[in-house]
Amino acid sequence: MASRRDFIKISALGIGGMALGAGALKLLAEDSTFDPFSPITQFSRIPTYCEVCFWKCAGWTYTDDKGKIVKVIGNDEDPHCNGRLCPRGTGGIGMYYDEDRLLTPLVRVSENGKQTFRQASWEEALGIVAENLKKIADKYGPESLALFKHGSSGHYFEQLVKAYGSGNIVSPSYAQCRGPREVGWKATFGTTVGSPEPTDIRDTRCLVLIGSHIGENMHNGQVQEMSEAIDRGADIITVDPRYSTAASKSRHWLPIKPATDLALLLAWIHVIINEELYDKGYVEQYTFGFDRLKQHVRRMTPEWAYGITGIQPKAIRETARLMGSAAPSVIVHPGRHVTWYGDDTQRSRAIAILNALLGSWGRRGGFYFDESVRLPEFPIPEFPEPKWDWRATLDGRFPLAATGISNAMIEASIPKEGKDSRIKGWFVSGTNLPLTIPNRPQLEEAIQALDFMVVVDTMPMEVTGYADVVLPECTYFERYDELRTSPHREPYLALRMPAAAPKGDSKPAWWIAKQIAEKLGLGSYFPYEDFKEVLDWQLKQVGSSLEEMQKAGVKQFERRSPLYLKENEPFTFRTSTGKIELYSKEFEQYGFAPLPNYTPHPEPPDNYYRLNYGRAPMHTFSRTSNNPNLTDLMDENDLWVNPKVARIWGMKNGQEVWLRNQDGVISSFPIKVRITERIRWDSVYMVHGFGHNNKKLSRAFGKGASDSELITNPVPDPIMGGTGMRGTFVTFLLEEPIKAVES
Amino acid sequence: MRYAMAIDTKKCVGCSDCVVACQIENNVPVGYCRDWVTETVHGSYPNLELELRSERCNHCDNAPCVRCCPTGASYIAEGGIVLVEGDKCIGCGACIESCPYDARFSHPEGYVDKCTFCIHRVRKGQEPACVSACPTHCMYFGDLDDPASDISRVLKNRKYKVLAPEAGTKPQVYYLV
Repeated sequence: MASRRDFIKISALGIGGMALGAGALKLLAEDSTFDPFSPITQFSRIPTYCEVCFWKCAGWTYTDDKGKIVKVIGNDEDPHCNGRLCPRGTGGIGMYYDEDRLLTPLVRVSENGKQTFRQASWEEALGIVAENLKKIADKYGPESLALFKHGSSGHYFEQLVKAYGSGNIVSPSYAQCRGPREVGWKATFGTTVGSPEPTDIRDTRCLVLIGSHIGENMHNGQVQEMSEAIDRGADIITVDPRYSTAASKSRHWLPIKPATDLALLLAWIHVIINEELYDKGYVEQYTFGFDRLKQHVRRMTPEWAYGITGIQPKAIRETARLMGSAAPSVIVHPGRHVTWYGDDTQRSRAIAILNALLGSWGRRGGFYFDESVRLPEFPIPEFPEPKWDWRATLDGRFPLAATGISNAMIEASIPKEGKDSRIKGWFVSGTNLPLTIPNRPQLEEAIQALDFMVVVDTMPMEVTGYADVVLPECTYFERYDELRTSPHREPYLALRMPAAAPKGDSKPAWWIAKQIAEKLGLGSYFPYEDFKEVLDWQLKQVGSSLEEMQKAGVKQFERRSPLYLKENEPFTFRTSTGKIELYSKEFEQYGFAPLPNYTPHPEPPDNYYRLNYGRAPMHTFSRTSNNPNLTDLMDENDLWVNPKVARIWGMKNGQEVWLRNQDGVISSFPIKVRITERIRWDSVYMVHGFGHNNKKLSRAFGKGASDSELITNPVPDPIMGGTGMRGTFVTFLLEEPIKAVES
Repeated sequence: MRYAMAIDTKKCVGCSDCVVACQIENNVPVGYCRDWVTETVHGSYPNLELELRSERCNHCDNAPCVRCCPTGASYIAEGGIVLVEGDKCIGCGACIESCPYDARFSHPEGYVDKCTFCIHRVRKGQEPACVSACPTHCMYFGDLDDPASDISRVLKNRKYKVLAPEAGTKPQVYYLV
């Protein structure tokens, strides 16, 4: 069984299909006769929205007189980007030109006892997928197929999997990223934060970042608005153990001891209540449980928090007063990647409570009420009702999980104690699981136990090496996609349309999903020949058309309700009490603490350091680490080490070290040391998404280290199943460790 | 007319959009760049200061690269923009040595290359690619001889510095501090 699914390094194949894309970079080089003094003037521009990250900025793809894609720039009318893309968006064309792209379907075959991929026609590859999905449905029921998805393409496969009869759909962006915040917010305000976050940074007087790294995360609109806030002289308070870019732009940087944020938040709440800095009218009219909260935090003084966080009581009071004086024009930012220590929903609750006390939710300079266009769904038959779904994989855990939990789905794919596993097949779209999911050994165990696995991607990401069938998707420059409906201050639609034909034999995800559906007799769920028909139909329902959007790219619609709360306006929040629940009735009902508490988390043992990880502005997770334009800006991550630590270990700047975690797992590749004062002596830091081990990623292979690989002990959030990933401790190996030879 | 650039270090987050926008706009081969970002840290934890800076050719008033060029390939165009005429350049590298900002490089095709302030865009009334891409709006470009230009205004109202003033090159890229 163990050898059933060897990890295939797609590079080992030497198959012709890979040569198809190889001309891309050369093409660019050939054009270097390009003369800046008589540049091409015959440009066409084609609307798109970016797929390099979830912010989905709308832009224009420019093609030259020969139809070649030359650049992409922001759409001036789009509120996500205001005409300016971030480096990843600007460099997004590298995703199209990457010569390592998947350009032909691949199927796993066994040759001379060795597993390898063979090129296949779409007909053959799709036939294998359909046949195996049929087998799973016949043998175990359609519920035994799970979908792991991320990004725009996930939608079509979600439709396919639902039509097939499974509700086992998970997005790692929930349990590995923002899930706890959404649950904490919903328990408090009755609504999730959503994306983009409705933070009114443009008009704020005080922005508080606690575990948010605007500027290193290039959440474009927020970066732009923070820049405006700096210009206007707004107060920025940043809480971070690391001197982040945002910390360097802040009036107050609170260099907190890692893992103690909740103590600081509670102390802030204490000061705001005890010094009566809260918005009294707002709290009285809109909130529930103030007296209990007051009682709860009475002993959580700044002096108490000082002993835990290392932040001076004076600084805690001063910053609380700053927030109080700016209220309600203040934002305590909910953050985004919030899965840290397993009590993350409670920490998010504390942030929500703080905002509620300051009266910032629904207020100018705080959080606005975002709105999106209500776009009718293209009519399709009703999905069959699955007999069971992702909830069954939780085995009674995580009662407030709102969607599938990746690690629970992975567990459900592993047979245990003689019991067969419930999940037998995986469909993976746009998520590179090995560099995303903590506890890689468990992931690999699950994959080995599967009957069938199909992966759709644009690149030979690590996850493709485990697949039985790999289906090459074209990039966002080569396809129509769903209209972007994400909410903002005003509702907007944005169109993505192809600027070039798909390279090689790659295809859009909608086409792939439709073909599989047809082979399964589910064609009625994809009742169109071309996705354009769906777009035109939907657009006509809201008084526009595909033709109009092809010219404009984005379109603004009227708001249906006001952007902010009016003074003393009666308002019902969607909680059980109809109020903002400072005291959570819902948490109480499920047996969770209705008011957040600080609990200490494990500390690194001697000679070990807490592994913190984060973002670089020019990369999106592991997705961009092979992009030729973006690797040119940053081609590997480095390990931030405090000079004191470097001295103890005798490490030099730029020296390569290997990392070993508390469970004995050693990084596959070395990482270069960057000695910097910007990090504490008790932790180290690296940018997430590097350390690729698939040789077919010619630029990314072996560059830097993978944090995901070292995170083997995720701490589950009992409330919603988030995986706390900041409890990893690493030590340095200065010499290359002896490892088993790879087969 | 005197073109110049001002970059607000208080707003720059070092994202390098300016770098990739320039590379794509000007077809700079992968592995080379006409602008780049530097990071300077002062102090020790937790009393720190960080400056992020987008750097490029300073289009100096007193440009050593132009003075030392043996063929006249390096020259000063309208508005003080320092340019290299690729056909005249013999690739001797004297200008690369003379530049205190390390702003020039040998293009793989055998000539010296550098920032042009995107003169092809400026002539059409557009901003340089880096300025128009920057998501933080931290860069200002314009005519110092026009007192109403954004750059004149921002230099009038803000403290600024230039790089390597001791070199006497009279650089025309200003850093707001």
